[in-house]
Amino acid sequence: MARARRRRARLPTPILLIAPSLVFMTALFAWPLVVGVAQAFTGVDGPTLTHAQRMLDDPYFWPAARNTLLLIVVLIPLQFAFALTMALVLRERPRFAGFYFYVWVVPLAISDLAAGLVWLAIFTDRGYLNSVLDRLGIEPYAWLSYEHPTTVFLAVLIAELWRATSLVFVIIVAGLQGIPQDYDEAAAVFGATYWQRLRHVILPQLRPSLQVAMILRTILAFQTFAVAQALAGRDFPLLVGETYHWYNTLQNPNVAAVIALVVLGASMVTSVAYLRLLRDRTTEVTT
Amino acid sequence: MSAPAAVRRPSAPAAVAPPRPRRAVQRRKAVLLQLACLAITAFMGLPLYLITLAALSSRAALNRFPLSLVPTELSTETMSRFLDSTGVVPGFVNSLIVGLSTLVFALLVGVPAGYALSRYAFRGRDPYQLFLLLTRALPIVVLSVPLAKVFLTTNLYDTTYAVTLLHTALALPTTVLITAAVFVSVPRDHEEAAAVLGATPAQAFVRVVLPQALPGIAASAMFTFVMSWNEVLGAAILTLNQRTLPAQVLATLADSPLAYRFAGGLALVLPALVFIAVMRKYLVNMWGTTLR
Repeated sequence: MARARRRRARLPTPILLIAPSLVFMTALFAWPLVVGVAQAFTGVDGPTLTHAQRMLDDPYFWPAARNTLLLIVVLIPLQFAFALTMALVLRERPRFAGFYFYVWVVPLAISDLAAGLVWLAIFTDRGYLNSVLDRLGIEPYAWLSYEHPTTVFLAVLIAELWRATSLVFVIIVAGLQGIPQDYDEAAAVFGATYWQRLRHVILPQLRPSLQVAMILRTILAFQTFAVAQALAGRDFPLLVGETYHWYNTLQNPNVAAVIALVVLGASMVTSVAYLRLLRDRTTEVTT
Repeated sequence: MSAPAAVRRPSAPAAVAPPRPRRAVQRRKAVLLQLACLAITAFMGLPLYLITLAALSSRAALNRFPLSLVPTELSTETMSRFLDSTGVVPGFVNSLIVGLSTLVFALLVGVPAGYALSRYAFRGRDPYQLFLLLTRALPIVVLSVPLAKVFLTTNLYDTTYAVTLLHTALALPTTVLITAAVFVSVPRDHEEAAAVLGATPAQAFVRVVLPQALPGIAASAMFTFVMSWNEVLGAAILTLNQRTLPAQVLATLADSPLAYRFAGGLALVLPALVFIAVMRKYLVNMWGTTLR
C-alpha cells in the first residue's frame, strides 16, 4: 500500500522513461524549426520576404524545383515496379536466394554520395560505360555533359534506382512475409492464374506496406542531392543541393532556410495527399 | 506486432510426382527465375565491382582509355594517395567518433523510451508515437541550417558534438521504434518471474530482459552507426574543419581528380558491405516491424 501511494505521488514510470527522448527531440526538432522559420522570414529590420524573393529570382531555383519533381515522378513508379519484381522473384524461392538477397540489399547501407561516386566511375567521359562502347566500336558519348541534360537526368535516375530501390524491396519482402499464404494457395487451387493472384490476392494484402514505403520513399526522394552533386555538380540542380549551395558557397543561411522550408512544405503536402488517398480507398473498400 | 513468418505447411499437390510435361515446365520456370535473378544481381552488383576495380587500379591504368574491365594492374596507389590527402584521415577519425557517440547517445536515450512503449499502456502513448513518426518525416535540411545558427551561438559549431547531436536526433525515432519491437518479443513472464523471485525492476531488466534483447539492440545500434556514417548534408553544413569523411569528400569533390573520387567512393561503400553482411538476417524483421 505504502508503495502504491508513493508511486502516485511521483510521475508515472513510463513518462519518466520517455521524458529524456521527448526533451531531446523537442530541443533538436521543434527549436530548430522555429529558428528556421525566423531565419527565413526576418531581415535586419523585422519581418521580410526579401529572402523568399531572392530565392524565386535565382535562375537555379525553378530548374531545381522542376528537376526534383521530375525525378520523383519518374523514379518512384519505376522503383516500385522494380522492387515488387525483385520481391516476387525471390518469393519463388530460387536457388542461391540468400546470396541474391545479400547483393540486392547492399545499396541499403550506401550513402547517396557514395552511390553518386560509384556511378560516376561508369558514366564519366573516360569511364566504364564509354570503355565498353569503345570496345564495341561505338562512338563514346559525353553522358554527364551539361550539353546533354537528358542523359544527365537518366544517369541520376539510374543511380537513384540502384541505391534506393533496396529500401522499398526490404519493406515489400517484410510485407510479403506477414501475409498468410492460405488465400494465395486457395486462389491457385481454384485455378487463378499468376497474374490474377497477384492483382486480386497479393497486392491488396500488400497495400499497407506499399503505402508506408511510398510515403517514406517520397519524403526521402525530396532530399536527394549528393547523387546529383557527385554526378553533375550544379549542372543538375536539385532543391536540397541549392540549400547546400546557398549555405556553403554563397554563405547565405537565410535563403538556404527558405529553400529548406519549401522542401519541408513539399514533403508535408505529399504525405498528407498520400494519407488522404489511402483513407479514401479504404472507405471505398469497406462500403 | 510482427506476424510470424509464414508457416510452411506440407503442400500436397507438389508431393505427388508430376507427369513429365509439367516437369519440363517447372525446369523452364526455374531457368527463367535464375535468369531474372542474375539480371537483377548484375545491375546491383556490377557497379560495386567497378568502383572496387577503379579504386584499386593504378593511376596509369585509370588514365588509359578504354578502361580495362578485368583487374590488370591492381595497385594500392589510388587508395593510399586518397588516404594521404588532407583531411581524409581526420575525416575517418571524426566519422568514427561521431558514429560511435551517436550510437551511445541514441541507445541511452532511446532504449528506455522503447521499453516504456513496449511494456506500459500510458496516457500520451499514441501522441508520442505519432510525434516519433512526424520527426522521421522532417527533412534533414530543415534542421541543419537553423541548427548551424543555434550551434554558432552556443559555440558548438564545427565540433563533432554538433554532428553527434544532429545524428542522434535523426536516429532516435528509429532506435525507439526498433527497441520497442525488440522488447515486445521478450516474454513478460520472465520479467514477472524475476520479480516474484525478489528482483527489483531494475535488476529484472538488467539480468533478465537485457540479455534476451541484446541482439536486437545491437542491430539497432549498427543501424544508427551506418546512418551516421552515411549522413552527408547535415555534417557538411554543421562543420568547417572537423568534417566527417562524407562531408570531407563532398567539400573537395569539385576540385579533386577522378581517382580521388573513385577511392572516396570505395571508402564510403566498404562499411556498407560489412554492415549488410552482418545484418542480413535482421533487416527484414527490422523494417517489417518498425514501419507499422
